[in-house]
Amino acid sequence: MRRGGEFYSPAMGRSLVVVLALGLVLVVPGVVLWRAVRGRRAFGTPAEIATHAALHEASLASPALRSGLTADAALRSAGHLRALLGSAAVALSDTAQLLAWDGTSSEHATRAHELAAPALANGRPTVQRVACADPDCPVRFAVVCPLVQGDRVVGALTAYDVVASPGLVRATAEVARWVSGQLELAELDESRSRLAEAQVRALRAQISPHFVYNALTAIASFVRTDPERARELLLEFADFTRYSSRTHGEFTTLAEELRSIDRYLLLERARFGDRLQVVLRVAPEVLPVAVPYLCLQPLVENAVQHGLERGRGSGTVTVVAEDDGGQCRISVEDDGAGSDPERVRAILAGTAGSDSMGLANVDARLRAVYGDEHGLLVETAVGAGTKVTLRVPKWTAGVRAS
Amino acid sequence: MSAPFDILAVAAVVLLTLGIGFYGLRLARTTSDFMVASRAVSPLWNASAISGEYLSAASFLGIAGLVFAYGADMLWYPVGFVAGYLVLLLLVAAPLRRSGAYTVPDFAEARLASPAVRRLASLFVVVIGLLYLVPQLQGAGLTLRATTGAPVEVGAMLVAVVVTVNVAGGGMRSATFVQAFQYWLKLTAISVPALFLALAWQGDGTPDLAGPAGPVFRDTTSVRLDSPVRVEVLEPVVVEVTGSGPRVLAAGEQVLPEGTVVFPAGAAVPHIDRIEAATGDTWASPLAGAGGLEHPLYATYALVLATFLGTMGLPHVLVRFYTNPDGPAARRTTLVVLGLLGTFYLVPTLYGALGRLYTPELLLTGRTDAVVLALPRALIGGIGGQLLEALLVAGAFAAFLSTSSGLLVSTAGVLVQDVLRGTVRDFRRAAVVAAAVALALALAASSLPIGQVVGLAFAMAASTFCPLLVLGIWWRGLTPPGAAAGLIVGGGLSTAAVLSTLTGLADRGWPAALLAQPAAWTVPTAFAVMVAVSWATADRVPPDVGRTMLVLHAPEALGLNRPR
Repeated sequence: MRRGGEFYSPAMGRSLVVVLALGLVLVVPGVVLWRAVRGRRAFGTPAEIATHAALHEASLASPALRSGLTADAALRSAGHLRALLGSAAVALSDTAQLLAWDGTSSEHATRAHELAAPALANGRPTVQRVACADPDCPVRFAVVCPLVQGDRVVGALTAYDVVASPGLVRATAEVARWVSGQLELAELDESRSRLAEAQVRALRAQISPHFVYNALTAIASFVRTDPERARELLLEFADFTRYSSRTHGEFTTLAEELRSIDRYLLLERARFGDRLQVVLRVAPEVLPVAVPYLCLQPLVENAVQHGLERGRGSGTVTVVAEDDGGQCRISVEDDGAGSDPERVRAILAGTAGSDSMGLANVDARLRAVYGDEHGLLVETAVGAGTKVTLRVPKWTAGVRAS
Repeated sequence: MSAPFDILAVAAVVLLTLGIGFYGLRLARTTSDFMVASRAVSPLWNASAISGEYLSAASFLGIAGLVFAYGADMLWYPVGFVAGYLVLLLLVAAPLRRSGAYTVPDFAEARLASPAVRRLASLFVVVIGLLYLVPQLQGAGLTLRATTGAPVEVGAMLVAVVVTVNVAGGGMRSATFVQAFQYWLKLTAISVPALFLALAWQGDGTPDLAGPAGPVFRDTTSVRLDSPVRVEVLEPVVVEVTGSGPRVLAAGEQVLPEGTVVFPAGAAVPHIDRIEAATGDTWASPLAGAGGLEHPLYATYALVLATFLGTMGLPHVLVRFYTNPDGPAARRTTLVVLGLLGTFYLVPTLYGALGRLYTPELLLTGRTDAVVLALPRALIGGIGGQLLEALLVAGAFAAFLSTSSGLLVSTAGVLVQDVLRGTVRDFRRAAVVAAAVALALALAASSLPIGQVVGLAFAMAASTFCPLLVLGIWWRGLTPPGAAAGLIVGGGLSTAAVLSTLTGLADRGWPAALLAQPAAWTVPTAFAVMVAVSWATADRVPPDVGRTMLVLHAPEALGLNRPR
């Protein structure tokens, strides 16, 4: 039996050597890395260093400006813009008011918007003298440049300094043009997300009037013979429409989406009876995965339509959701008439008629969210049924169910 | 030594696992069934699945082997394996579930918005996954060798191939049911033979398990040695060596030749040189250093730290919590898991203790991990013993298959998504690559005790992902450079410790103790580095940390965790 207690011994000496060696092995690369990261600025000619500094400040200002010309964005970017211009102070205004002041002599901030007014009105840069009683105040001249989005003036960038040198005027004009570019990108971002929202709205508005009519007729047929079932179906119908027309959130959980599909199929089966067979195989592991709202429902509606309504006796719709490593694989299959692969290709490309808008819409949204490799995969041939498969990463930055 | 029952048992478990995997999900369910299933996989079902995936070769064979050789201190292994879930429940489970992240790399990106930290975390998922796969494959090799005499490579390869086929073929797509089945199989397989063994021990007149004497051969025992063994002989003894007749073994270090050695009844058992002989009461008392473990107090605390904090960082553990429909169900599930795991871990200790009485020759051969499998034949014998052994073999294979499958799914998933991006797009190919690497490592490191390798995997998880998860969830000051530095230092130190232990760089004194149980110094170091570097780079705190924290900590019912 041994107990700890050999506080100094040859073994201890050896252990110190081992520990020191290990320490060196870990510390040396660390120091080298640190030097490589921290010491980067020390390399290069003065011109290179200046270019790097300017680009760095611009890249720091950019994320704030990409959210549009708001008070918050102006506040967060003004400091970087001042560093970029090297002026005593910088002011950012929109058409209505001053948004942010950065630099010395902030008592001049009250008049800043007034100074910007001519530039805002005619869209031309102006240079103005600033009246100040304090002889030491560096705010003597203001260089005002308008910020332009498209062909509309949306604000102004003002640089203040002791003299309005040609260099400062030119630099201010260039920085204002760069800020305008960032604001235009912000507008692009916004219109892109508006487009996505519009796509979801289009889908929401797409609950087929035929479906509503058919479902209500089917329910009506039960009112006398089986009032209890009619009541249940009506409640399901209510829940279904509530989910399909909810107004918030771009994403939902797979469980919610499947539940809605279940309601839809329940209503369809009330109408078709035994002619519609449904098989659902869902791995419980993937139920909490976030998916785009209404990404399955259009596929299932299509499957029911293709599988049944084209005058065949009966049909089976199979919905499978499986765990597949870092992804979740969902497929919707029917054993109906199938269709020509060329036609499906045309639908997905958006060049076919409007009857399968749902498919193209889902495909476009999946690609927009997860990238091009996550579009719909459609396997079909005439007379061989149709199987639509989608693969959704279980987790993607920025995607959360609501 | 042929063992028809054992081979049948292995075949049955393999076929059942593959069968449930491939056909279990094909049983068509009607919609109303689905509604029930979608609302909840019941906590018991879910907890069974979590436990089934968690109970690995280390639990099934390793713990008994460690207790058998090193005594009471090793009881911290089962305690730590269970308590790790308690820490997970208290600190990590609910916030992580709210974050929506499925893996630690997902969490790193969600919390720190840094692709670099994500890649680093992915790298460690793969390293830990492989390190944890190795003992599973080793265990399989060992089991087949102990029961059927097949070479070690056969069992390791069998499990590697079966698991790869299962995972790559899509058999794990509804893993919950497969894993839940495995738990109950394992519990049955370990507790039924234990019951019979306990009865046999009673029938034997309940001999003392922790008496003042060391282990002795109860009957004339013949020991087969596949290779020469260096042993420490305590008392001189006359043995019969096949081929060369009687031979006197003097006290002290001796080398026993390859072949069969027959010991007389009542002789003290010579121990292999890496295990020190211990009397029953030393063996049964804590911190006594039985078996020659040095610095037992340090080793115990380091082990406690590694197992308590390492569970949360194992790649296959976190994923399972997503099967719960909501937070409260996740907590109930964890409670059931504690019960299920606790029940299971009561049993291996019994094997370890009975082993000292009935299979002491394993202390001579050094194959202590086989104690669970060897007991039924030694104590009960006959057809009954063989059947019980077959049941144990079935349980052991269930353990290898379930844990390896879970690990392979997680490791291959991360490989495809982050590490081999652009080169291997295919999940199946990634699974094959991961399994092949693990198999190669297992064949290279086949001499180490299973329990110890698992301990190292835990130590590495505790020194990398534990700081990342705990600080990420509970401290808003964590920055991407801080997290990266902590991961590199914690991971680097524990990797160095693992490598030096695997290569046997330091084998005595403090260096050996520090390197064999590195968690006690690597975990605090990793935490300290993460905090210090985060302070030094305080300007790099992600700007939306407030919202991320709200998402992590606000109860779901408040609806505060909606995006924007």
